[in-house]
Amino acid sequence: MNIAKPNSYRSGPDERGHFGIFGGRFVAETLMPLILDLEKAYTAAKADPAFQAEMNGYLKNYVGRPSPLYFAERLTEHLGGAKIYLKREELNHTGSHKVNNVLGQIMLARRISKKRIIAETGAGQHGVATATLCARFGLECVVYMGAVDVERQQPNVIRMEMLGAKVVPVQSGTRTLKDAMNEALRDWVTNVHNTFYCIGTVAGPHPYPTLVRDFQSVIGNETRAQMQEIEGRLPDSLVACIGGGSNAMGLFHPFLDDPSVEIFGVEAAGHGLTQLHAASIAGGRPGVLHGNRTYLLMDADGQIQDAHSISAGLDYPGIGPEHSWLHEVGRVNYLSATDDEALAAFQLLSKLEGIIPALEPAHAIAKVMELAPKRPRDHLMVVNLSGRGDKDVPQVGDILRGKSK
Amino acid sequence: MTTRIDTRFAELAKQGRSAFVTFLMAGDPDPATSLEIIKALPKSGADVIEIGMPFTDPMADGPSIQAAGLRALKAGMTLKKTLELVRGFRKDDNATPIVLMGYYNPIYIYGVDKFLADAKSAGVDGLIIVDLPPEEDDELCLPAMKAGLNFIRLATPTTDDKRLPAVLANTSGFVYYVSITGITGAAAADSTAVSEAVARIKRHTKLPVCVGFGIRTPETARAIASHANGAVVGTALVDALKNSLDAEGRATAKTVNAVAELTAALAQGVKGAQQAAE
Repeated sequence: MNIAKPNSYRSGPDERGHFGIFGGRFVAETLMPLILDLEKAYTAAKADPAFQAEMNGYLKNYVGRPSPLYFAERLTEHLGGAKIYLKREELNHTGSHKVNNVLGQIMLARRISKKRIIAETGAGQHGVATATLCARFGLECVVYMGAVDVERQQPNVIRMEMLGAKVVPVQSGTRTLKDAMNEALRDWVTNVHNTFYCIGTVAGPHPYPTLVRDFQSVIGNETRAQMQEIEGRLPDSLVACIGGGSNAMGLFHPFLDDPSVEIFGVEAAGHGLTQLHAASIAGGRPGVLHGNRTYLLMDADGQIQDAHSISAGLDYPGIGPEHSWLHEVGRVNYLSATDDEALAAFQLLSKLEGIIPALEPAHAIAKVMELAPKRPRDHLMVVNLSGRGDKDVPQVGDILRGKSK
Repeated sequence: MTTRIDTRFAELAKQGRSAFVTFLMAGDPDPATSLEIIKALPKSGADVIEIGMPFTDPMADGPSIQAAGLRALKAGMTLKKTLELVRGFRKDDNATPIVLMGYYNPIYIYGVDKFLADAKSAGVDGLIIVDLPPEEDDELCLPAMKAGLNFIRLATPTTDDKRLPAVLANTSGFVYYVSITGITGAAAADSTAVSEAVARIKRHTKLPVCVGFGIRTPETARAIASHANGAVVGTALVDALKNSLDAEGRATAKTVNAVAELTAALAQGVKGAQQAAE
């Protein structure tokens, strides 16, 4: 496809929420007035120094930012190529990057006086972050989670409940993240008068993909400054896993206009791209779901297909619209890693660095294992370690024991 | 351009009564039974027929209509077969308006221009697409108008006076007022609130206003129809259909009649209503 290169990769979306043909506002009329209000509120908040100052305070003292940029010496030696740095988002309060976005959205919800917060969650990391900040600010919290995910991510379900949230197992459809999102949208359309929908990724109707990206961009902005301080220059490449794509967008966005920086997004290839997987760009095409046009897994009739990934957080048949656009304009390279590759990376990082990653960023590590050895020793590669693996310990333990039998 | 929808509402206005609008899912529980059911609707008293286009992820629908869509998809229903269903219906009935209702993705994948041409030739009169607000009119609404199909917009309790003109601007056929903030099959709105909302919409448009969501019984249908130009019933009919199925979800000898009988009872309710003052 021949698409004209834009002057900047960071100027989107347009005023109607489009990144090229992607994005938009494909929602029921009931929600439209609220989405327009949210856009106004966000524009005002962005221009309000008090909002930013308050947020920075919580990011520092409650979330624990900045997160370290850590040189993974033994992984680097083991792979024998690029110098690998881990952006330690797993050290944030609640254990993943999700809290950056939730903090921003909860502060927006307070600005527009919504007292009831709903969220969808896959792995449970966004649900936990939402439950946490609702507890902190005394807000009612309802989290929709596919019944399949409730089973495989029990530790996070228990955490959310301890934090005072109500976790609703979703029994409709495939009972995973996409169905949780459907159910959250149904709740929102019903309780629109008092409810704020805290979306966990860079998807959904405009302005969500933009505001989530902006709240997550703290990851890339910090990385830029930290790398400057440590190495005195920009990194040469960035790697991050992608379900909806919020941790990736947060790392990538501040670097999109630096042509020397190679950027890799890693989708979940599940059992492999010819079988059940969750790689929307590798195996999908543009369609409309959950409020935006983007790459989706679907059949010839436009029916959404089941995604599969070992990682509940990547188990989604779509991807944020800005990623679809960055793919089409060729700025970001989208790769994919299978369940088995992610499991191997999960073990490697645990043993070499003493860091148990979540299964989601284990997909990114899996591609680092391929990319790093092919690059010179002075190549600086940053991988977003978007979450910690505590939640996955029971599941991975079962898999590994089953395999060793 | 006058469509079957315009003609039907003009006739009903002359008779001084409101329209009874039915909703069922195309292909539920299977394509053949679905055609029989839809053919039975006009003689049971349906004035306008809405047919759902099955979709895996119906974000504005409650459990009953979600399940109906999944039954239809399981039975092999596709958008192409939905258009064949309409074509089958049109062999015997060239007067009852048919409105297709659903979500945008299957149409987008089918191809907008091809879909509009095929829908028109199959005998479709209008479209209700839940996830296309006026902000996305370029996608389907404007091309549909050009193709001679009515694009029927949903107005909701959150559509205030400031926003109504934008919602009504490219609407034709009728306006579908969603009586509650919520999903299909939820609780009914009270008829006083509905009457005020319909009056508010009518200050902005000459189009007929039909009311739906939460109407399940002949009594509610009558109460709502007395304040509007039409009452829409979906979930109750879908439930009647479902209750007639066997344990495996297949049609039985009772299925067509179960829907026809409830349609007739609801139609009596609507016909008992006094047409709202224009």
